[in-house]
Amino acid sequence: MFPASFDYHAPTTVPEALRLLAENGPDAKLLAGGHSLLPAMKLRLLEPGCLVDIGRIPELRGIRREGQTLVIGAATLHADIATSDVVRQAAPGLATAASLIGDVQVRNRGTIGGSAAHDDPAADYPVILTALDASFMLVSSAGARTVASGDFFLDYFTTALSDLEIITEVRIPGAAASVTSAYAKLEHPASGFLVVSAGVRIERGADGRCRTARIAIGGLGGRPFRATAVESALAGHALTPAAIAAAAALAADGSDPDGDAYAPAEYRRHMATVYVQRALEAAL
Amino acid sequence: MTQHPHGTTGLIGASVPRVEDLALITGAGQYVDDIQLPGMLHMAVVRSPYPKARIRSIETAAARAMPGVAAVITSADLEGKLNVVAPPMFPGMQAPPTPALAAGMVYAVGAPIAAVVAATRTLAQDAANAVEVEYEPLPATVDVEVATAPGAAPVRDELQHNIVYTTVREGGDVDKAFGEAHHITRLRIQSPRQVVLAMEPRGLVAAPERPGQGLRVWISHQTPHLARSELAAELGYPEHLIHLSAPDVGGGFGSKSGIYREDLLACHLALKLDRPVKWVATRSEDFVATNQGRDQLMFSELALSQDGTMLGLKVKLLANMGAYLHFATAGPPQRMMGMAPGCYQIRNLRVEVSGVFTNTVSTGPYRGAGRPEAVLNIERLADLAARELGLDRIALRRKNFIRPDQFPYRTATGVEYDSGDYEKALDEALRLSGYDAMLRQRDERRARGELVGVGLCSFVEPSGGAFFESGSIRVEPSGAVTVLTGSSPHGQGLETTFAQVVGEKLGVPMDRISVRHGDTVAIQQGIGTFGSRSAIMGGGALVAAAEKVIDKAKRIAAHLLEAATEDIVLEDGAFAVAGVPNKAMTWAQISGAAHRGRIPADMEAGLQESATYDPRRESWGFGTHVALVSIETNTGELKIEKLVLVDDCGVLINPKIVEGQIHGGVAQGLGEALREHMRFDEDGQVLTGSLMDYAILRAADMPPLIMGETETPNPFNPLGVKGVGEAGANGAPPAVANAVMDALEPLGIRHVDMPYTAPKLWAAIRAAQGDQGA
Amino acid sequence: MPETTRGRPIPIQMTVNGIQRAADVEPRTLLVHFLRETLGLTGTHVGCDTTQCGACTVHLDGRAVKSCTILAAQAQGGDVTTIEGLANASGLHPVQEGFRQEHGLQCGYCTPGMIMNAADLLQRNPHPTEDEIKHALQGNLCRCTGYVNIVKAVQWAAAQRGGGDVPR
Repeated sequence: MFPASFDYHAPTTVPEALRLLAENGPDAKLLAGGHSLLPAMKLRLLEPGCLVDIGRIPELRGIRREGQTLVIGAATLHADIATSDVVRQAAPGLATAASLIGDVQVRNRGTIGGSAAHDDPAADYPVILTALDASFMLVSSAGARTVASGDFFLDYFTTALSDLEIITEVRIPGAAASVTSAYAKLEHPASGFLVVSAGVRIERGADGRCRTARIAIGGLGGRPFRATAVESALAGHALTPAAIAAAAALAADGSDPDGDAYAPAEYRRHMATVYVQRALEAAL
Repeated sequence: MTQHPHGTTGLIGASVPRVEDLALITGAGQYVDDIQLPGMLHMAVVRSPYPKARIRSIETAAARAMPGVAAVITSADLEGKLNVVAPPMFPGMQAPPTPALAAGMVYAVGAPIAAVVAATRTLAQDAANAVEVEYEPLPATVDVEVATAPGAAPVRDELQHNIVYTTVREGGDVDKAFGEAHHITRLRIQSPRQVVLAMEPRGLVAAPERPGQGLRVWISHQTPHLARSELAAELGYPEHLIHLSAPDVGGGFGSKSGIYREDLLACHLALKLDRPVKWVATRSEDFVATNQGRDQLMFSELALSQDGTMLGLKVKLLANMGAYLHFATAGPPQRMMGMAPGCYQIRNLRVEVSGVFTNTVSTGPYRGAGRPEAVLNIERLADLAARELGLDRIALRRKNFIRPDQFPYRTATGVEYDSGDYEKALDEALRLSGYDAMLRQRDERRARGELVGVGLCSFVEPSGGAFFESGSIRVEPSGAVTVLTGSSPHGQGLETTFAQVVGEKLGVPMDRISVRHGDTVAIQQGIGTFGSRSAIMGGGALVAAAEKVIDKAKRIAAHLLEAATEDIVLEDGAFAVAGVPNKAMTWAQISGAAHRGRIPADMEAGLQESATYDPRRESWGFGTHVALVSIETNTGELKIEKLVLVDDCGVLINPKIVEGQIHGGVAQGLGEALREHMRFDEDGQVLTGSLMDYAILRAADMPPLIMGETETPNPFNPLGVKGVGEAGANGAPPAVANAVMDALEPLGIRHVDMPYTAPKLWAAIRAAQGDQGA
Repeated sequence: MPETTRGRPIPIQMTVNGIQRAADVEPRTLLVHFLRETLGLTGTHVGCDTTQCGACTVHLDGRAVKSCTILAAQAQGGDVTTIEGLANASGLHPVQEGFRQEHGLQCGYCTPGMIMNAADLLQRNPHPTEDEIKHALQGNLCRCTGYVNIVKAVQWAAAQRGGGDVPR
């Protein structure tokens, strides 16, 4: 299978990339690792007339800490996130999620920004980044803005990113000893994408109790599902196995997933409770 | 170890590394898509997205006008010619021809509508996308029961009804057996449709030879000579002017047999345009353009006496054949005719098999080709019967096994099993698996609330029955040996196995032997690889050819040594008068003489002999597989904790290759048991049309395998061998199915069809828990 | 931009198996097709169209990647190793030899990708456990071997390295 024809540009700076996006109009698409975009182009589900390859812009790559914020360049590879000590310490759930994407070869090419921008409802990053309360730095020729994950992932393959913007960074707050995170995933046996997954972020008080919990579930709809019932049930409570199990049982409350050929809706809802529990257990 | 009636080189029975491998591990393999010819064009195919539709119009002008496009053809250009014609295997079989390009109507997703040829693959694809087809979608028939219900709409306009054929075979007195039975076990069982999924998709290169000199074809294929014959007939082109070869073939598993529509199109266009044309399926195309496997619905009844004696068996089988018949589409369900009773003495049998048209992708032979379905049927019945009668399932099997002293054994429907010792394989499997301890462990874990099951399957594997096979052995003047086999392999390692056979027989080291295959000019008429046949058939032909060569060599040696032929012996690769080894003559000396006229006056020059082999009977391998499984109640996830495989395929020529065949068969069988299922929705749309949706096993999914063997030589084969290629796919799935059903027995679940995906098992468990709670 | 000029060839160059290669290619040319069709390196195979099977695995700048999901243009200036470049003057790579010793292949179609991925694994992790090997091969499908002997082949290669006597 081959993509339809397109023009190709490989800028080396963000301003140059923005200029190319503007020049080529809505027909242009950004290419990072290409592991979301190229498969869709090969099947001719997408036929952009122009690709702007941002894989050669050094400033878009890298992992660093800014105080309690973990900052990851948008073109950073899954493999580098999965194996980064900085990530593992600051946001272990993110490292786990990255390590569960696709396979070795895919992780060696795919990027966090590319996956987030593609926003496949069966992809891992939207789920864990929602749980982690991440935000996205979006840059256009008009300037920069920061969009919280809750406002970024909108629906199936739909984000707040405009045609003229580039994600430059993903920013994850709360890299502190009191905060931990985890990710658990039920993988589709063919595609390796998630059937259901859960990302959790727990902030504990000095007494060891849960101060706040943020829980996002993948596989229950077009955007990560915030399990607010579980979050409320955990907040302020000791994280005993019984409390976790009781809270996890509420995971799918309020969700209304569609089933598919592999996993019916009822199964997804039940797996949500199982994987939220697993993620919570892994976080502790 | 059994004594083998072989020579002294030790080659037979040795796990020598494969001679094929060096090229394949260095990237020097030569598959169809690796062939580049000057001026070569590329073909792309426009396919129906609908399972059934009327074609209102096809607009090709835009595609024709695109750069690099050499031709765009539709059925209008073919004038009714160019059809795949399935051979009429059974009286009254409905086998309407399959037009290479749909004429007016399409009857399955993926049916070719137009073919585009362009200078590059990308241009061909671009132009194919520019062909505009207007369809009138029509209601499709997907289900075999719907298709065979009274008044069902015809799947294709030209059909009177949707039955391809029905055959019935009966032996003994079935009604009497069922009338006298103490108990009848009934089962409706569906084998899931499988995608064959050889890693190399189908493809070919067709190139016109110099004007008037014919057509050159390289095709990824299992049976090159049969392919050439069918191609000639369907193209209307002289068979002797087609030079067809199968280069390295990246797997086939039954699907690369027969001629497909794209094969006809590429050859037709190459001749028409007088240019080489290449077509290689994309994976997505391969999903809808290549025969799929299994998909048989079986209604079975097993009549038993109180003590568990199997008195009679009735099977009614509906085989889903899709909308279009290819060469071997009609064949697989026929396996039920010969092997419905499996390992058991059942003297009263009635088997009714119907092939059924539906608006789905064509089916055909796939690793096992009817064997796995037959084994699944009888082995599920055996377990259910034991459960329903309150008998031990091992004891029930032992009671009914065909005994070793009954071979050759003729079944109630007249099929002869050559040899076997089913209890020996069973005992070995029980020993290797630690069966009793495993049952104790199961019971302990059950008491703790776990879902754990143990299952087994005793099976037969008939092999090597259809067609003949050929072999030629040419001793070159240097004494090196060229072997030509009709068994064209596609991954089986026959270059190695056959070199071992010939080396052993002639006493020649393997590095002095080359095995050639897969070319209709270089190789004498032959058949190919399918149905676990090659060691039996190709090996048998080469043994016969070796005997002829040795016989002639002895006569030459006698002439040169001035001795009587009957006094000449072949020892350690040299010919001598018995008892006078110091005057031995080498193969080089003999062959030198044969090619230089130093031979008896009444003898033909040269030293090459050909033979064909047709035992006119099948070989019946067998074995027992045992599985221990657990199911996570909360998720439905199935884990195969242990899998024990005891196979008996007679004498082993290369144990490592045999082991590899079993590994591969098991992996495909476990795929069927765990997750592989080609699905269509009720409207006929494909639900699992790519590797994003259709799951085969990955490395981490393979359970540890515990392998064992027994060896019961085939008394009717000169090498003592039986087939093994399909054994894993036959035995492993029913063993897992029986284990899963054993695990679910405490919940009162009687039967669930494969594959056992987590969502499916979870739903079954939940429904049963609901029932139990109510 | 007018459609007629869309997809004009662009110059690319990269090192493939140690040799500088340059060509003008259509932007949509995938790395695997550049290797197979432009350079004639047909050892790298295509087995699917959804980035699942791994038959097209090569090394790009020292990492195993699926060359069916990379534009040749994206490999501009890069260093590519294919199956043809894995063996060197002193012999086969240990993973290649392992596949031969342990009967790790049958039809051979998935084999180059398997070998390239396994070689990448041993580069990162010279002594992998069996589970680590199986996990690393997640992105490579084989239909013939059931993976049993592929895992053994990788173990064979790892053992050679362990002995300090790498036969290459």
